[in-house]
Amino acid sequence: MGARAFFWVTMVAAVAFSDGISSAKAAGKAVDIPSQEWSFQGIFGTFDRGELQRGFQVYKEVCSGCHSLNYIAFRNLVDLGFNEIEIKAIAAEYEVEDGPNDDGEMYSRAALPSDRFPAPFPNANAARASNGGALPPDLSLMAEARSDGSNYLFALMTGYRDPPAGIVLAEGMNYNVYFSGHQIAMAMPLAEDGVDYADGTKATVAQQARDVTAFLTWASEPNMEQRKRIGVMTVLFLLIMTVLLYVSKRRVWAAVH
Amino acid sequence: MSGPNFPNPIVRWIDHRLPIFTLMHHEMHEYPTPKNLNYWWNFGSLAGIVLVIMLVTGIVLSMHYTAHVDYAFQSVERIMRDVNYGWMIRYIHANGASFFFIVVYIHIFRGLYFGSYKAPRELLWILGVVILLLMMATAFMGYVLPWGQMSFWGATVITNLFSAIPGIGDWIVTLLWGGFSVDNPTLNRFYSLHYLLPFAIVGVVVLHIWALHRFGSNNPLGIDVRGKQDSIPFHPYYTIKDMFGLGVFLIIFSAVVFFMPNAMGHPDNYIPANPMVTPANIVPEWYFLPFYAILRAIPDKLLGVIAMFAAIGVLFILPWLDRSPVRSGTFRPIFKVFFWMLLADCVLLTYLGAKPPEGVYVILARIGTFYYFFHFLILLPALSIFETPKPLPRSISQPVLGSGAAAAAAAMPKENS
Repeated sequence: MGARAFFWVTMVAAVAFSDGISSAKAAGKAVDIPSQEWSFQGIFGTFDRGELQRGFQVYKEVCSGCHSLNYIAFRNLVDLGFNEIEIKAIAAEYEVEDGPNDDGEMYSRAALPSDRFPAPFPNANAARASNGGALPPDLSLMAEARSDGSNYLFALMTGYRDPPAGIVLAEGMNYNVYFSGHQIAMAMPLAEDGVDYADGTKATVAQQARDVTAFLTWASEPNMEQRKRIGVMTVLFLLIMTVLLYVSKRRVWAAVH
Repeated sequence: MSGPNFPNPIVRWIDHRLPIFTLMHHEMHEYPTPKNLNYWWNFGSLAGIVLVIMLVTGIVLSMHYTAHVDYAFQSVERIMRDVNYGWMIRYIHANGASFFFIVVYIHIFRGLYFGSYKAPRELLWILGVVILLLMMATAFMGYVLPWGQMSFWGATVITNLFSAIPGIGDWIVTLLWGGFSVDNPTLNRFYSLHYLLPFAIVGVVVLHIWALHRFGSNNPLGIDVRGKQDSIPFHPYYTIKDMFGLGVFLIIFSAVVFFMPNAMGHPDNYIPANPMVTPANIVPEWYFLPFYAILRAIPDKLLGVIAMFAAIGVLFILPWLDRSPVRSGTFRPIFKVFFWMLLADCVLLTYLGAKPPEGVYVILARIGTFYYFFHFLILLPALSIFETPKPLPRSISQPVLGSGAAAAAAAMPKENS
């Protein structure tokens, strides 16, 4: 049972577990999701601010009509590269309910940076009523709540096709290659030049899908960049400390061997 | 043996009235430990350190967590987004649970290979199995607290197992739920117990270490320490060795916490619990998968539950199943082969636990389950009778010192610096 045995056991276990875990996650998934290149992948990956801002624009102009973003506050947009004045201006475009005031009445006011994005519908039933019975899910955690989330979101938004011959769609459903069961209530959300990008980027469907995927990946874990940065420092520190501990161990044990 | 001479007068004053410093000196400093322990012996102290990490992060998390079905998921997301370094504390705690099981499973398999459960360490082993059971209960209830889809449905599936018990099953399930379905009272009692049980674990760990220190550690040769030349003081030798091992562990642990913190979790648990929507495939956390595979391998619900608990129960009587007087697998040529087969069987069961219970997976799970019990109940007792062990070394220092001078040196008390 030496180092070699440990290596062997670890490798076999790692393979078995990773396969078990991925197959557990894959349950209910119909097709393989193609992998994309993302600026935020890998241990040094960071978000592209331009991409995030464009993605926010897609969310604002396309998704937010039906999907809430409950865990994101306007103040969080500072991560996208907006400054305080810009964030105040963005927030002011929205109305939120506040109160009760001194007269006991609820009232509307312009949103502040501390407010969260107002939801498009007051409750789930209202959301269903406006969407043919389907409930548009909150998007704050989409990239984490789906297996291989970022690639899945991009695939989903670019995966609309005409149904293959012989497939009859249910009332109000659309065909999507990557959606579990292929029948999705959401109609194809993105259209060629559906948004007018401020930075002049050509708004193809793929471009919008990429941008909004990056934005939703950020929204799922706004602290990702901090996490990776601290991780790199932590592992470097531990590597040096462990080498020193190993040298100390050798020296302490020199008399025993 | 005279007590240690503490230079500090305050320490001397306290120690005279409450000999806690003497106790620490005996049990952590001069505590004689076999000199030949290999790196597999690092995992005991490592498990203790992970337990402390879990307690510290858990107590901080509980300061921000809300145990209510309407707020639990939200409060966890608040920890992830708005609490300073809350994401780090939660990722350490969530992945720490997985690493706790990795460390403890290695610790258990080390005990299995080197016969650490044999006389006079039977009670030490049994206390360890109690710790494993407590860990499982704690981990299961902890996984329910974020109140995601897997939390809710995992809780529903596992608590429903108890309904298989004839007569009182339904009564037990109602008691676990605090009602007639998994709901707010369930979440509240799980939270309460999830906070309580770790301290029960600490208590049993104290007993575990107490029992350990009665006869000291087993060692790779599995033979008793014969005298001073076979042992070295715990400090500094094993303190520095354990710290080096801790460093290696923390590198791997940090890499997962900071670079792939959700790899061992299930994406469905980032969807808030919804009693109206059942996930396609309800899977427990990976460390329960071998037991889950055993549960599902048996077509009868009650027998499946019994088999699942028996998979741990059999470990309680292991010291009396394996009657071979030789502890270490190194000197048991046939046992050694079956040890690796058991390990392979457990890896297979883990793999099968994550697969849907259909087709070839069911057949393999049945073979795996059969082999698991066959190993403990048939093979080990049979090997105790039929296996011829290799000759044992005379003492621990003999193989360490080498052939020629061994006998002479072993007779002489060797000085340890």
